[in-house]
Amino acid sequence: MQNNNQELEPLVRIRDLCFRRGERVIFDHINLSMPRGKITAIMGPSGCGKTTLLRMIGGQLKPLSGSVRVDGQEVTALSRGALMSLRQRMGMLFQSGALLTDLPVFDNVAFPLREHTRLPERMVRDLVLMKLEAVGLRGARDLMPSQLSGGMARRVALARAIALDPMIILYDEPFTGQDPISMGVLLRLIEQMNEALGTTSVIVSHDVREAASISDYIYVLSGGKIIGEGTPVQLDVSDSEWVRQFMDARPDGPVRFHYPARDIAEDLLAGGDE
Amino acid sequence: MSALRALGRAGLSFFERLGRGHIFLLYTLGGLPATLYRWRLLTSQVFALGVLSLVIIAVSGLFVGMVLGLQGYNTLVDFGAEESLGILLALSLVRELGPVVSALLFAGRAGSALTAEIGLMKTTEQLAAMEMMAVDPLHRVVAPRLLAGILAMPLLAAIFSAVGVYGGYFVGVGLLGVDEGAFWSQMQSAVDFHDDILNGVIKSFVFGIAVTWIAVFEGYDTAPTSAGISRATTRTVVNSSLAVLGLDFVLTALMFD
Amino acid sequence: MMHSKWIETIVGAFVALGLGALLVLTLRISNLSLAGFGADSTYEIRAMFDNIGGLKVRSPVKMAGVTVGRVNAIEFDSKSYTAVAIIQIDKQYTQIPTDTGANVYTAGLLGEQYISLAPGGSEEFLKGGDVITDTQSAVVFEQVIGQFLYGKAAESGGDKDSKE
Ligand SMILES: Nc1ncnc2c1ncn2[C@@H]1O[C@H](COP(=O)(O)OP(=O)(O)OP(=O)(O)O)[C@@H](O)[C@H]1O
Ligand SMILES: [Mg+2]
Repeated sequence: MQNNNQELEPLVRIRDLCFRRGERVIFDHINLSMPRGKITAIMGPSGCGKTTLLRMIGGQLKPLSGSVRVDGQEVTALSRGALMSLRQRMGMLFQSGALLTDLPVFDNVAFPLREHTRLPERMVRDLVLMKLEAVGLRGARDLMPSQLSGGMARRVALARAIALDPMIILYDEPFTGQDPISMGVLLRLIEQMNEALGTTSVIVSHDVREAASISDYIYVLSGGKIIGEGTPVQLDVSDSEWVRQFMDARPDGPVRFHYPARDIAEDLLAGGDE
Repeated sequence: MSALRALGRAGLSFFERLGRGHIFLLYTLGGLPATLYRWRLLTSQVFALGVLSLVIIAVSGLFVGMVLGLQGYNTLVDFGAEESLGILLALSLVRELGPVVSALLFAGRAGSALTAEIGLMKTTEQLAAMEMMAVDPLHRVVAPRLLAGILAMPLLAAIFSAVGVYGGYFVGVGLLGVDEGAFWSQMQSAVDFHDDILNGVIKSFVFGIAVTWIAVFEGYDTAPTSAGISRATTRTVVNSSLAVLGLDFVLTALMFD
Repeated sequence: MMHSKWIETIVGAFVALGLGALLVLTLRISNLSLAGFGADSTYEIRAMFDNIGGLKVRSPVKMAGVTVGRVNAIEFDSKSYTAVAIIQIDKQYTQIPTDTGANVYTAGLLGEQYISLAPGGSEEFLKGGDVITDTQSAVVFEQVIGQFLYGKAAESGGDKDSKE
């Protein structure tokens, strides 16, 4: 019965979510579901609130109203202890990487293992080397984060996010700064974890083609609303102008490229007298 | 009217920060047992805060002691009481200068570094990343630093005082010719273990708590920008120096009524 | 991991240095250097005074100007209305005759008060727990001035002596 319920309920279920930063509305009553064992992609223009959404799933930001349920638990209502144990089963790849700058690559990846398990050091070593191998950086284990390139740092952060084999991994722009080869490797890695371990994945990405190629379902966010959703095939043939503009990367269309502002001519004429 | 409102706002934000500082301390203290258990984290912080402050503390102690020896001798010799130089040196170092000056130096040397380090970890999302890895930064990052600061401070103050006494001894006895026996025996009969030495240690212990607490809180409470870090670092040095001087008055009044 | 071993060693040395400094402060600078480590190195005698003046706990006890012990406690004996000074004498001074007298003196005009022991001629020596009764009280400044003003100073030789 319990099991049945869990099967039916998506791993992440967001209902009626509202959030504001000052005057600016980031989310306006949005609904999303991320089913178990599937790869869900979230796309949308820069600054539309994708990172914010991931932080709400991780319980780092509290929504203004609405519910965020992860694995049947209401994240906003969890005690600190319960939230911590939920997070042990979550992996998050930060947009900035967020490596611990005074630990070398090896210790960064080993960090969650050492904090949360009592594994012998030998086993920690094997696990860490396997994760680093998966992102192609086994040889970089002794480098400090400051000695890594942006793309390498992100791959190390990815290795760290998957170190504990979590049930859900939140990727905030995993492909940024990757060359085509490592991009291909990462895509395959995400897919493999999804197939082999049944890991649920949430990918925030601007690389429309690549993300679409591995995801089961896509949400397109803009202006605080979900302006399109569906399987990659559905979106590809969608005739919504919003979705078309985004999928085809057109500069003009209903999605605003600019952060809200007054008219440019007006702004330039206004000079300095405001 | 608006000035009054600004004052009210400043007062409110002061008490708000004060409250947050206490909650912060409470949560951090929850991580102390785990820190004792993982003493590697502690030793590396004692190294960063204590060992790296050693040189400035010892050198300052030496010079303060030597200056005290010189000034004290010049004053006392007019009264024919230069044998009391030992008393003057030991009491002023053990009771006041040792704890206070080493705490001020500690705030400048180690406190500011602590704030900048934690502030930068916050700015670069390292603390947020730890939280997402279900590791409480208050326990993993802040608690070992707080404990290390509290442990290192009394040791540094003791080193300051001891080096200072020998610096004064060198000037008074070595250079100015105060009688060595009288120097030590007068000192020993005037300095009380309980009233002077222990109270000095208690003082430096309290200063250690105050300075380290302020430093880690300012770091944790930083606005996540480079200007925010620089403001927090300044605040650490200013606030903890004021706290040390204020607490010194209170403790002195309580101890040596 | 070599690195962290080094740090641990250095931190250990630092803690030892700090504790060493505390030990120096305790043993070289404070009065603990005189008291030794406890009652083991001293023995206790008592002296009864009519008036102890400004004598305090920890005031020195001297013989021929040499500090041989310290006042450990001062009590009031409600039967004889006298002050009892409990004195710790260093073990190395064991040969203090039983008929030794004790005076409360002031070092200099305004200095600290101390007990001066004047050795007697007895063949027997004071042991722990013995009492000195041959005492002379402190000079109380107001009394001296008062007696001087009333012209009694010359008659009584300065101060009222305590009992023999
Ligand atoms: N700390 C903050 N204070 C105020 N506003 C913020 C803060 N953080 C983010 N915002 C605003 O929230 C909005 C959403 O930010 P978010 O980081 O979620 O965007 P994003 O979709 O991840 O963009 P990108 O694709 O560029 O990473 C932005 O418009 C930003 O201006
Ligand atoms: Mg983002």
